[in-house]
Amino acid sequence: MVTLSVNGTQHQLDIEPETPLLWVLRDELGLMGTKYACGIGLCGACAVHMNGVPVRSCQMPVGSLAGVAITTIEGLSTAAGRAVQRAWVEHDVAQCGYCQSGQIMAAAALLAANKAPGDAEIDAAMTNLCRCGTYPRIRAAIHRAAELLRG
Amino acid sequence: MLSRRAFVVSLTASGALLLAPRARAADAAWSVADPPGSTELGPWLLIAPDGATTIRVAHSEMGQGIFTTLPMLVAEELDCDWRQVHAEYADEARNRREDAYGSMATGGSHSIRSSWPTLRQVGASARARLVAAAAKRWGVAPGTCTTENGVVRHRASGRSASYGELVREAAAVALASEPALKPRSAFRLIGTSVPRLDSKAKCDGSAVFGIDVRLPGMLYAAVSLCPVPGGRLGSHDAAGVMSRRGVKAVVELPGGVTVVADRFWRAMQAAAALPVTWETGAAGHTDSAQFAAMYRNALDGELAVARRTGDAEAAMQGTVVEALYEVPYLAHAPMEPLNATAHLHDGMVEVWVGTQSPALATTLAAGAAGVGEDKVVVHNCFLGGGFGRRTMNDELVQAVIVARSVGAPVKLAWTRETDIRHDRFRPQAAIRMRGAVAGGEAKALSAATAVGSITRSLLGRDPGPVEASAVEGLANTPYGFANVLVRCRLLNTHIPVMYWRSVGNSQNAFAMESFVDELAHAAGVDPYQFRRKLLANRPDMVRVLDTVAEKSGWGTKLPARHGRGIAIHESFGSIAAEVAEVAVDQAGAVRVMRVVAAVDCGTVVDPRIAAMQVESAVVYGLTAALYDNVTIRDGTVTQGNFDTYRVMRMADTPAIETYLVPSGRPIGGLGEPGTPPAAPALCNAIFAATGVRVRSLPVAGARLGRTI
Repeated sequence: MVTLSVNGTQHQLDIEPETPLLWVLRDELGLMGTKYACGIGLCGACAVHMNGVPVRSCQMPVGSLAGVAITTIEGLSTAAGRAVQRAWVEHDVAQCGYCQSGQIMAAAALLAANKAPGDAEIDAAMTNLCRCGTYPRIRAAIHRAAELLRG
Repeated sequence: MLSRRAFVVSLTASGALLLAPRARAADAAWSVADPPGSTELGPWLLIAPDGATTIRVAHSEMGQGIFTTLPMLVAEELDCDWRQVHAEYADEARNRREDAYGSMATGGSHSIRSSWPTLRQVGASARARLVAAAAKRWGVAPGTCTTENGVVRHRASGRSASYGELVREAAAVALASEPALKPRSAFRLIGTSVPRLDSKAKCDGSAVFGIDVRLPGMLYAAVSLCPVPGGRLGSHDAAGVMSRRGVKAVVELPGGVTVVADRFWRAMQAAAALPVTWETGAAGHTDSAQFAAMYRNALDGELAVARRTGDAEAAMQGTVVEALYEVPYLAHAPMEPLNATAHLHDGMVEVWVGTQSPALATTLAAGAAGVGEDKVVVHNCFLGGGFGRRTMNDELVQAVIVARSVGAPVKLAWTRETDIRHDRFRPQAAIRMRGAVAGGEAKALSAATAVGSITRSLLGRDPGPVEASAVEGLANTPYGFANVLVRCRLLNTHIPVMYWRSVGNSQNAFAMESFVDELAHAAGVDPYQFRRKLLANRPDMVRVLDTVAEKSGWGTKLPARHGRGIAIHESFGSIAAEVAEVAVDQAGAVRVMRVVAAVDCGTVVDPRIAAMQVESAVVYGLTAALYDNVTIRDGTVTQGNFDTYRVMRMADTPAIETYLVPSGRPIGGLGEPGTPPAAPALCNAIFAATGVRVRSLPVAGARLGRTI
């Protein structure tokens, strides 16, 4: 049995410990907001928070996650997370929207650690891919979320 | 009569998810009601007693914002309260029965253009019926009533009634004639930026893409396809994987095999481990170098004439310039890999898929299941990117075959590697341009292209000697050359080709706009001024060109090894001009600093969504031009994931400024027109910065460093 804490709920799962967290979230727990796009940790569509730190869930064997708290887009409730989601909607960042759960998780983690990131810090933290090219609006929305957080 | 629709992807304007998708996942019938008590006013729209207005969208939302802008067209004329509007997909099965929606295909930057008159008329008709119902109720003339924000008023008597109160009576009203549309001066919604109706769901994880569909008892399928497109399965050893945990079946497909399991991860692992052999034939011995030589050599062979104006060969006098441009196959690489879910039950075939063509999806599903099209129900989903790829749903055919074979609902998904290697690609091409300048002016243009036929590859039909998409952007050039010759040769390899954002314009604008730049330099004239003069008969294009030149600071000084490039292209009914500014370091690394775009699409429905489409098209075009190259070795696509098929990241993305300069021309498309100028603007800028002319894409293959 594998033990897993997701969005504050403990799960006991009869599953192979090498299964990537991504597939456990989607196919065992029905949390479909976390997306599969590359499966090799390159694109960030599957980003979740592990104890508040952004990680790529397609690269995390579920058996290695006992005792850590996983947060997905469905459970994102930190001040930074709420500010990011609000800014994303205000700026209409999403186009197709497929990568945006991961983008939001990455941005929320960035803002939790850095209340006023500069463009270079945004470039360094936001390595998620977006095929629609929403990057200019992601950047603007991160600056807006930082503003919201500073009140 | 309450319309019952399966799988409604809908939101209120305030963003609340109307129907929780995961709650519906447990509903085996997938039968979900529209807002309670809603009444239809024709197939396009429903109004609930509380005024909630559901507007059906007959095209696919893949990022271009039509889940917002198409409802805007209806709402403008309807005079409803926009905050109460939500969108849902129109039903393809109903369209087949009633011809309710016209073509539901999405492509060619056509959604807004083709809906512009019809959806406004839908709104105007519904409004007239609501007014007629109120007038009848009050015993007054309809002409004395006004509407605003979902309310009909009769000012003289001070009476008013909401659309929600009136809708049942309005449904019984038959109009004697169709009402006139508003004059543009009366628009209240069109031309403004409204919050996208799909934003909230796409920011909280609740938006349902095809890959997110879950059905009770559903199994998962992962594919192993012949690495050489068109090849066949030789043998496989199902026993090698059947003992793995959760594996239920191994099912043969045309050109491949699939493993079915109770979880996708298990299916994917087993498919990767399944021993298979392939029959690849002669195609298994081909490579990109052969294809490049074949396309180049074809330019010296027999060519079909696509356009002849004047006598280009006789006019090749003065300074004659010749250049060969080459472009590779390109993958669409939408972020959501192709996938489909199929459920065969009660003689029906029910499928969930992100498709750009529900009608073709219906045909494909019916064919794969061996049933009539009237037995197929296609539930479209949000598309995690399309860019043309989701016009032909190969994955859907596979899902239906597998679901039929195992007798259970099946979600079949491709891995990223399968998605890239089994794409239907932007064709590889070689394009030879010849031109003459004398006295600072262009005298003649001759263009020849050798390229794969999309018609032959996609539809299996003989395209004839010339295919429109092969020469679009060349044969219809707006430049006023007195002598023009455009020829083509259609040549296919075993690599399938299809529509890729902007189709033939993607490679032809690269050749045309790079070459016009070369002609300008040969003539010793500034590239902007050279274009301006050649477009003297197109004041609309000159206006767009002037805008981009002015806003980009064209002609102002830049640091060493920085350069600006300009390009303009007309496609899909719109004009797009772009100026790219690049910096090329000593080692040859290119950084795009800034892109300024000017676009005339005739009428702008929503300026923010319009600008988003231009930004998106620029990034898509720059990504391909800078990095991307689908190469073939042993008949197989060598790229497979984002490590070898690169996508631009935040840190690589230039500042992009978009200037919308709408004119009175007919409304144009916007999903694609921003892509064609991106590659030539980039390469013209690289030339300005370095003196090196990039004639073969991607730029990543060019030597741009300083030699010592």
